[in-house]
Amino acid sequence: MKRWAAAIAMVAVCLNANAQAPDARRSGFDDMSPQTQAMQRDDMQNPAMLTVQDGAALWERAPSTSAKACAGCHGAAAKAMRGVAASYPAFDKTLKRPIDLSQRINLCRERHQQSTPFAAESPELLALESYVALQSRGLPITPLADPKLQAPRARGEALYRQRIGQLDLSCAQCHDERAGGRLGGSLIPQGHANGYPLYRLEWQALGSLQRRLRNCMTGVRAEPLAYGSPEIVELALYLAWRDRGMKLEAPAVRP
Amino acid sequence: MARTLLTVPPTAKRGEVIELRTLIAHIMETGFRPDANGQVKPRDLINRFSCRFNGELVCSAELYPAVAANPYFSFTMLATESGTLSFSWEGDNGFSQSESAVLTVT
Repeated sequence: MKRWAAAIAMVAVCLNANAQAPDARRSGFDDMSPQTQAMQRDDMQNPAMLTVQDGAALWERAPSTSAKACAGCHGAAAKAMRGVAASYPAFDKTLKRPIDLSQRINLCRERHQQSTPFAAESPELLALESYVALQSRGLPITPLADPKLQAPRARGEALYRQRIGQLDLSCAQCHDERAGGRLGGSLIPQGHANGYPLYRLEWQALGSLQRRLRNCMTGVRAEPLAYGSPEIVELALYLAWRDRGMKLEAPAVRP
Repeated sequence: MARTLLTVPPTAKRGEVIELRTLIAHIMETGFRPDANGQVKPRDLINRFSCRFNGELVCSAELYPAVAANPYFSFTMLATESGTLSFSWEGDNGFSQSESAVLTVT
């Protein structure tokens, strides 16, 4: 009887420890300088909001006289797009593979607006993407439970742990094992993709997660994955899973 | 047409010090950087910013290549009377942008 009680107490302690285990994940925001944090906190200082303004205008504007604007089908973005960015990438039935938010916007243009897709990283695409992402700001990242996403997510994780490039480094080696250390003068962040598209001071421009990933791949001297390639979306899919529950900060500011 | 974000309090008490803030979208190309093909990109800067209240200068600044893209200004002003604030930015290649905001002093 005593032994049972002890065992139950042990289990209770373990459960309790689990419940209270602090989240070791740190948003890139936590490690920025107070000045850069202030830029992100204040929409009037955040240069990404200039692009969001464009996105709001594009949302209302029909691409041609025969097609509807985004707002024509979806209505007000504040209601229709709330939580959308926090759940992407999602599975596209026609393409039979996961797609990210920018690809969804372009597919919507092709399928429902009979227009040509925007080029990757074009100002228009970033504007719409950041405007849609803004509607989920502050919401927890909630990857979709779609079983079709499991295999691509696993491939994304494999890619995350795959050593690449002349420097022979994987994402995990820097952002899991050496996060918090320094690379030259810069802090190595944990690499959470919780603010994209974001304004990066180094770029002096707004950029997407894909741009950032390609940046990192060039950094380890690997050939970067192409914009919109299935592999880069799978990697984004795994990153969203890795960041589940963290608050979306889009459009964020990063150094 | 460049995009701007202005922060001007719509109303202020007489004698109150108010903060004005401006942000403008501009690439602020220095004229020293090469592009992907090795050609130097032509300089494209905002050279001068000024803010006037009912025609009287409140704040002005000259900008140089070391200023980052999308220049942001924050400055203060003593609210004495109601009037119009006009902000203007001038730069290379005939760049010119102006915005205005109404301030009501009670």
